[in-house]
Amino acid sequence: MAAGKEIRTQIASIKNTQKITSAMEMVAASKMKKAQSRMEASRPYSEKITQVIGHLANAHPEFEHPYMKEVGELKRVGIIIISSDRGLCGGLNTNLFRSILKQIAAYQAKGIEVDICTIGKKATTFFKKFGLTIQSVLTDLGDAPHFDDLLGSVKVMLDAYDNDEFQQLSVAYNKFANTMTQVPTITQLIPMVASNKAGMDHRWDYIYEPDAQAALSALLVRYIEALVYQGLVENIACEQSSRMVAMKSATDNAGDMVDELEMVYNKARQAAITQEISEIVSGAAAV
Amino acid sequence: MSTIQVDIVSATESLYSGEAKCVFAPGSNGELGIYPQHLPLLSTLRPGEVRVETKNDIQSIYISGGIVEVQPDVVTIFSDTAIRAGDLDESKALEAKQRAQEAMENATESQDISATQAALAESMAQLQMIRKMRGKKG
Repeated sequence: MAAGKEIRTQIASIKNTQKITSAMEMVAASKMKKAQSRMEASRPYSEKITQVIGHLANAHPEFEHPYMKEVGELKRVGIIIISSDRGLCGGLNTNLFRSILKQIAAYQAKGIEVDICTIGKKATTFFKKFGLTIQSVLTDLGDAPHFDDLLGSVKVMLDAYDNDEFQQLSVAYNKFANTMTQVPTITQLIPMVASNKAGMDHRWDYIYEPDAQAALSALLVRYIEALVYQGLVENIACEQSSRMVAMKSATDNAGDMVDELEMVYNKARQAAITQEISEIVSGAAAV
Repeated sequence: MSTIQVDIVSATESLYSGEAKCVFAPGSNGELGIYPQHLPLLSTLRPGEVRVETKNDIQSIYISGGIVEVQPDVVTIFSDTAIRAGDLDESKALEAKQRAQEAMENATESQDISATQAALAESMAQLQMIRKMRGKKG
């Protein structure tokens, strides 16, 4: 019964793994609820600020902010990549990175260089290998990132844009569609995509305080930060739900494996018993 | 009497949303009083108190800076970090002020000085607001 013992140890070890994955599934499920409510809570801000930016696109500002101007030739682009800090969350990061790499390849085919800013350990370790210029790195944000945590990284990218180091800035993250679906998304932040100016029949402009430039800068910087923050909290919700799903399927798979191994073990046990009996019977017959 | 839709939001939550008679906000060039049918306005805000006057009562919400956008029938205030006025912890504000002052004494670079000055202005505004609310109650 040597084979039987081996199988039994294997079953025991798979059952241990199953316990771990099911615990991780439950942890991820409870974290997902929190992450989702955090995501919902931050939505009003980004929705309202997007609305205001929409108004602004319809106004006729006396001062044209650099973030709203169309750029000439693209020589370099910047991408803020938001990933998770930890693994074991299914294909979440891989899918995002694949779509980013596709985008980067498309840029490079046109002779456009790419600068990146990584948020999360996974993106940092992954994109280190590609020889891209990493402008800034932000890791260990935890499950409840604070708005302030982002400001440094975003500022680095905005400063680089102001200095004309690159002519376009995008943010890449996983958009939360539902618990089962996360959509890798790359959104252009600046220059802001011009919205439809039709429908406004009269010319109007804001009263600015203290002045147009200061007010617009403050608004646009907050707009960009809000979009990046929104991307970050959505990515965290995606991470937790993706981990929950991955761990659930791991637990199910472990269950299937245990069933199969138990079947093999029982068959082997039965075969051994049958053999033993036939040996005894044939031994008795020989006497 | 016409009313104006007021939304006050911070990055992490919606602080106020509803109709109001008028709104007062600490604009960077001075206190702003906004009534319905105001001209479009875009202003940065200092740390301080936003007062929303509704039909029945007056709500005050502390903001630590932000932006206000005014359309004739909508006011949107973006607060940088907004806590409800009642939640303010005076000792924390004092500590922060002290730290800011200590840091200012030790600061050498100009950037540090401006950052700590901003922090100081913020905690001063918090303190002022707490005193005011105490005065109302007492």
